[in-house]
Amino acid sequence: MVHGHGWTGRALRLWLPLGFFLIVTLFPFYWMAITSLKPNAELYSTKVMPLIVHHPTLKHYVDLLTETSFLQWTWNTTIIAVVSTAISLVFGSMLAYPLARMNFPGGALIAFTVAATYLVPQPLLFIPLADIINRLGLGNTLTSVILTYPTMLVPFCAWLLMGYFKTVPRDLEDAARIDGATRTQTMVRVILPLCTPGFISAGIFAFTLAQNEFLYALIFLTNTDVRTVPVGAIAELVRGDVFYWGQLMAAALLGSVPVAIIYSFFVEHYVAGLTSGSVKA
Amino acid sequence: MPSQAATLAVPSITVRRRRRGFRHWTEREPVFAWLMIIPPLLFLIALVGYPFVYGILLSLEDRPVAHAGTFIGLKNFVTNFHDPVFWQVARNTFLYTFCATLLKAVGGLGMALVMNQVFPAKNVIRAVMLLPFIVPTVLSTVAWMWILDPSFSVVNWVMFQFGLPRPGPAWLGNPSLAMFSLIMINTWRGLPFYGITLLAGLQTIPPDLHEAAVIDGAGTWARFRYITLPLLMPVIFIVTLFSVIFTFSDFQLVYVLTRGGPANATHLFATYAFDIAMGAGQFGLGASVALAMLPALAVVIAGLAFYMRRR
Repeated sequence: MVHGHGWTGRALRLWLPLGFFLIVTLFPFYWMAITSLKPNAELYSTKVMPLIVHHPTLKHYVDLLTETSFLQWTWNTTIIAVVSTAISLVFGSMLAYPLARMNFPGGALIAFTVAATYLVPQPLLFIPLADIINRLGLGNTLTSVILTYPTMLVPFCAWLLMGYFKTVPRDLEDAARIDGATRTQTMVRVILPLCTPGFISAGIFAFTLAQNEFLYALIFLTNTDVRTVPVGAIAELVRGDVFYWGQLMAAALLGSVPVAIIYSFFVEHYVAGLTSGSVKA
Repeated sequence: MPSQAATLAVPSITVRRRRRGFRHWTEREPVFAWLMIIPPLLFLIALVGYPFVYGILLSLEDRPVAHAGTFIGLKNFVTNFHDPVFWQVARNTFLYTFCATLLKAVGGLGMALVMNQVFPAKNVIRAVMLLPFIVPTVLSTVAWMWILDPSFSVVNWVMFQFGLPRPGPAWLGNPSLAMFSLIMINTWRGLPFYGITLLAGLQTIPPDLHEAAVIDGAGTWARFRYITLPLLMPVIFIVTLFSVIFTFSDFQLVYVLTRGGPANATHLFATYAFDIAMGAGQFGLGASVALAMLPALAVVIAGLAFYMRRR
């Protein structure tokens, strides 16, 4: 804690540490961007000042898009993320609504199970899952990851949505029921629309988690045409000991941009989702 | 004819009555609740519960990939117990988790305190700070790999400018340095989660408390120690719990940067289990290494349950 006042105090307390955090946070992205624009001669030279690009080129991007299946990987990643997010939101709300709103035998046990499932890390399950996916003949299909991603997303979505469902006043539900709405109608037409911010938070969070997943995709998807961006980049832009650094950085940047754009539209919802588990609990 | 009409009419009435009865039944609270819960529950049982139990069974088998398994009891666990690499992996995992979590907690608290001041473009800066957390880990890790490249590392280039002799440190090639680098990169990625969540926690602390303390003559440190920290403790606890679980079971960073090397110095449980199961094709032994994570995770989860009950 700094006791300074005025300009120097504020610089020490705010701008200096803030600048430090920002530089550390952003440097790898800056490095990604300028590396992807450098010609190989500049990339692999120890004599050139590396912090800026001297002769920018788009060659690595052109190579990435024409010589590799990067567009296919992007398409796969998008399909997988969208479908597994949709499944997770549907299943998540089916779990969250009764748990948040109703009294029924076994409710507490189910709530605990959902929380415990959320805390099971993937490395604990990947070996048995690999065997199960093989036996089902789902290896090298997008279905394999579309089925397994929701195992980590459903508990998260359920947990987050429970918090939102609890905030809807009970009177609204009672009014709808007295007017003759069935329980399903009450849930779908009254409660769910009121919790749209919760669905956006859960959806955006699930979507970024699905884009981020690596272990299951690495194990289940071994053919070029079904790979996701992270797996494709690691498996095919590194051949033996040869790293295609320019293309790798172009892939890393292009793979990050869609997530970053979607995220930037929903930052507030994302932060709400991020903090709901701990701050509201 | 009339009798035929009567016999037709009777079942249709009972069907309608039964249908109304069914509808009445599904409207009952416990019935509706369970009908809603059963589909997602079956899904989780099939793809989390069953694999979990199956993993335990696998760990008791000698199960080469693409062959039938034979039950061998606890032999895999005995093998692990006598495997020096297994113990090295255990030490690595605990060291990695402890150091990275500590750094994230301290750094994240610092970030939250800095961000809790009034300054322009705060929301934009907060959004930017979260980037390491939302960008796919493998992709940002690739950037770090190039930053720490043995021949073209920019970190070394900066050090050369300050007169360090060539060649600079091998960030990922030296066992201790490699572990150090992994811990730093894990911290870089996880820090925003701590920082932004603790910031949200800080914002729930009523300003009156600080004002009252100032009137009573409390200094900045005293206010931090006796107001901010105690009120923030629940949030710190939960965030640390999540962080410990996901750092302890980390796979991506190590897989991309070092594959567990040099000489197993950076192998964690997850990457070691992967090598044994996917690399050497020993599913049973691999499952037993993965299961070795369970006791530590169980302690963490039990700690959470205990803490939540006490509150």
